[in-house]
Amino acid sequence: DLKASSRVTNSELFTLTYGALVTQLCKDYENDEEVNKQLDKMGYNIGVRLIEDFLAQTADVIAKVAFKMYLGITPSVTNWSPAGDEFSLMLENNPLVDFVELPDNHSTLIYSNLLCGVLRGALEMVQMAVDVRFVQDTLRGDSVTEIRMKFIKRIEENLPAGDE
Amino acid sequence: MTVHNLYIFDRNGNCLYYNEWNRKKQAGISKEEEFKLMYGMLFSIRSFVSKMSPLDMKEGFLSFQTSKYRLHYYETPSGLKFVMNTDLSVTNARDTLQHIYSNLYVEYIVKNPVCVLGHSLDSELFSSRLDAFIRALPYYSPRAA
Repeated sequence: DLKASSRVTNSELFTLTYGALVTQLCKDYENDEEVNKQLDKMGYNIGVRLIEDFLAQTADVIAKVAFKMYLGITPSVTNWSPAGDEFSLMLENNPLVDFVELPDNHSTLIYSNLLCGVLRGALEMVQMAVDVRFVQDTLRGDSVTEIRMKFIKRIEENLPAGDE
Repeated sequence: MTVHNLYIFDRNGNCLYYNEWNRKKQAGISKEEEFKLMYGMLFSIRSFVSKMSPLDMKEGFLSFQTSKYRLHYYETPSGLKFVMNTDLSVTNARDTLQHIYSNLYVEYIVKNPVCVLGHSLDSELFSSRLDAFIRALPYYSPRAA
């Protein structure tokens, strides 16, 4: 039916759209650092909304379910820190970079930095403050893509100020 | 059988949405004051209920009833709170509140880029769909109230 088919989007179209977006950002900002920051910010705004869609559809929250649901991949969770507050998500294939080759003059660009923002925004909405960053990226010659996530704290719910 | 009113609060205690259907008597205070008192009461009752629980619980506070009405409460993991007051004949409105979240709030507010999250919801589409949904509920019947 219509509702089911509208859920299926051509993944290549998505990949190309994302590429066009990053390209435009590179033109507009002329500075990789700034582009990374903008991508993270956009991702954050996506994340805070995406989490609601996710929660409305599934009861249990597992990173693997969400990645499968929205990107069609299943990253592995490894490299836990001894304290158990830090781990890595290994992406064997990243659909965002399917047709991408980084030009030499963009050596500091973190092409898929949007994903970091998405994760940060979504988790903030379920009371978890986290630090998310890329440590390895196949685009930059690494053998895998690795996203490092560090748990910072649980966000406590507070009564709004001025209420006695 | 009837629905009196509905509140939606965000995680910071702002009332995002309010509407009433068969509410014959008002509280006698400003709506703003009413929202604040309602949120404060929910906040306290939630923390009290979970402190007093003899066992660990996932979802603590679900509803309470007085001699005249029942308050139904549903909270999402992202901290949105749906509160609906009905008369006593409605024993469980959990599915209803869940439906409002996943089929109305997520569809018409979250997926609408024009709607700023955390502000009061002024989407016409959302309001009319919600109103239609409430009026179509099997226990929505103003005459019997």
